[in-house]
Amino acid sequence: MTRQDEPLPRTRRRFLLEAGAIAGAAGIGLPLGSEHAAATPASMRAAIRKVVGEAPLNRGKIKIDVPALIENGNAVPFTVSCESPMTESDHVKAIHVFTEKNPQPNVISVQLGPRAGRASVSTRIRLADTQKIVAVAQMSDGSFWSDDVEVVVTLAACLEGT
Amino acid sequence: MARALINVPPKAKRGEVIEIKTLISHTMETGFRPDNTGKAIPRDIITEFVCKYNGQEIFRAELFPAIAANPFLTFFTVATETGTLSFEWTGDNGFSATESVNISVE
Amino acid sequence: MTRAAFLLLTVVSAGAAASAADIPLSERKSGYDFMAPETRAMQDDDTANPAMLWVLDGEALWQRKEGSAGKSCADCHGDARTSMKGVAARYPAFNATRAHPVDLGERINICRTEQQRATPLAFESKELLALAAYVGQQSRGMPIEIADDARMRPFLQAGQDMFTGRQGQLNLSCAQCHDDNWGQKLAGAAIPQGHPTGYPLYRLEWQTLGSLQRRLRNCLFGMRAVAYPYGAPEYVNLELYLMWRARGMRVETPAVRP
Repeated sequence: MTRQDEPLPRTRRRFLLEAGAIAGAAGIGLPLGSEHAAATPASMRAAIRKVVGEAPLNRGKIKIDVPALIENGNAVPFTVSCESPMTESDHVKAIHVFTEKNPQPNVISVQLGPRAGRASVSTRIRLADTQKIVAVAQMSDGSFWSDDVEVVVTLAACLEGT
Repeated sequence: MARALINVPPKAKRGEVIEIKTLISHTMETGFRPDNTGKAIPRDIITEFVCKYNGQEIFRAELFPAIAANPFLTFFTVATETGTLSFEWTGDNGFSATESVNISVE
Repeated sequence: MTRAAFLLLTVVSAGAAASAADIPLSERKSGYDFMAPETRAMQDDDTANPAMLWVLDGEALWQRKEGSAGKSCADCHGDARTSMKGVAARYPAFNATRAHPVDLGERINICRTEQQRATPLAFESKELLALAAYVGQQSRGMPIEIADDARMRPFLQAGQDMFTGRQGQLNLSCAQCHDDNWGQKLAGAAIPQGHPTGYPLYRLEWQTLGSLQRRLRNCLFGMRAVAYPYGAPEYVNLELYLMWRARGMRVETPAVRP
C-alpha cells in the first residue's frame, strides 16, 4: 500500500466533522492520525504505474458511469465498461479502478476474458470525498486505456451519534 | 455463513451474453474507522471473488476497502452450455462463502 | 440556537417558511421521491437491494423452531406470504393485554416469549430486523392503515405532541423540519416529510438495515435532544402518529434511503 504523510486536504466534510457541528461515527475512510494517510493524486499515480508499468496510458475505449452528484459516499453505484469485441484474439484482460482521495488508491481489480462476452462490471464503491476516479483497462494486445471522472460527494446532514 | 443473493437467468440461448448479479452480506470494515475509544477497528473485508462456469474460471475480482458494505457485483458471461455457475468469496479472518446456480442453455 | 439560526442552516429561500401546519394529504411524498435516481433504482430492483439479504434471513427464521416450545413462526402463522399480508401496514397496533400499542418488533418479541418460549430478540439485532423486514415485505405496496379509535387516541395524541413539541438544545420540533421545511436542504441533503413507509430499511449512511427507532434516535441526536432507550413507549407513540400521518401511503419495506 502506498502511504503518504500529508494530511487530508481540508475539505468541507472534514471541517464539519472536526468542528463537531454534527459529531459521531460519520463517514468512512477518514484516516486516523498520521498512521493512515489518504491516497493522494501522487499515490494514485503510483498505484496506476504499478499496473501499467512503462507502457503508455491511452485515453478512450473504457468508460466510467457514476452519478456526478453523490447522495452518500458509503455506497456509490459504479459501472465501468470497455469497448471490445471480446474475442480470443482481441479482448479486455483486466480492469482496474482507482481513487485519488480515499485512504488508499485501489478500489477494485477484475480479470476477465473472451468468455465474458461483454467487458462491463458494476459495483458500489465508497468515496470519502469529492474526488477523481480513474479506470484503466488492459487489452489482450498489451495496450492500456483509461477514463477518469470527477464526482461531488455531499455531506449527509443527519449523522448518527455514538 | 454469509447470506448471498445471486441472479442469473435460469435459461439462455447458446452464445447469448447474460448478466450475472451477486450480492453478499459483509460489513467490509475498512480498517480506517475509529471505535468509541479512537482506536482503528481492524480491517475485515472480502478480498477476492471468483466465478466459475462448469469449473472453468470466467471472472475474478480483487476487492479493496473502497468496496461498499454488502458487496454488489455484476458482470457478464457468454452462455456456452447447460451447467453450473459457482461463486466463491474469500476474505480477512478466514472468511469464505460459496454459492452455485444452474443454468439451462439451448 | 434560535429559530433564525435554524433557518440559516436550512438555507430557506425567501418567504418559504410557513407556519406549522399539517401537510395536505395530496401533497405527501415518500422519502423515495426525494432520492437520487440511482438510490431509487437500488430500492426498485430486488436483485440489487441490499435489504433483500435480511428478507432472505427473515424467511429462513420464519421456518426455524425456537424456544422451549419448539415452535416456528410458520407453525402458528403458516405461509407468511398470505398470513402476514397487510399486517405491517396496520402497525403499531393496540395490544389489549398490555393496554397500549405495540410496534412490529415488540409484537415479534411477544410471540417469541409467549408462544415460542424463547428469549426476546435484542433491539437492532440481525434476527429481529430480518423478521421485521420479512413480515414488512408482505405488505409492500399496500396502503398504511392505522386504527384510529378511542383506545388509540391518547397514544396518537402523545405522539403528535412529541412531533410538534420543541425539544433539545437546538429547541427544535420534528414538525419544523418535516412539516414546515420539507423539500429544503439541510447541508447537502433534502429534508423529507418524514413518513416511515419503508422500515426496517437499508440506509447507506448506516451501511446496514435499521429500524425506525434507530432513525428517530438519529433525529433526536441531531436536535441535541436526549434519545430515549430502545423500546421506550415514546418511540411507539411517535411511530403511531407518523404512521397515521402517512395513512394511505404505500408500504415500501424493505426500502433504501441515503
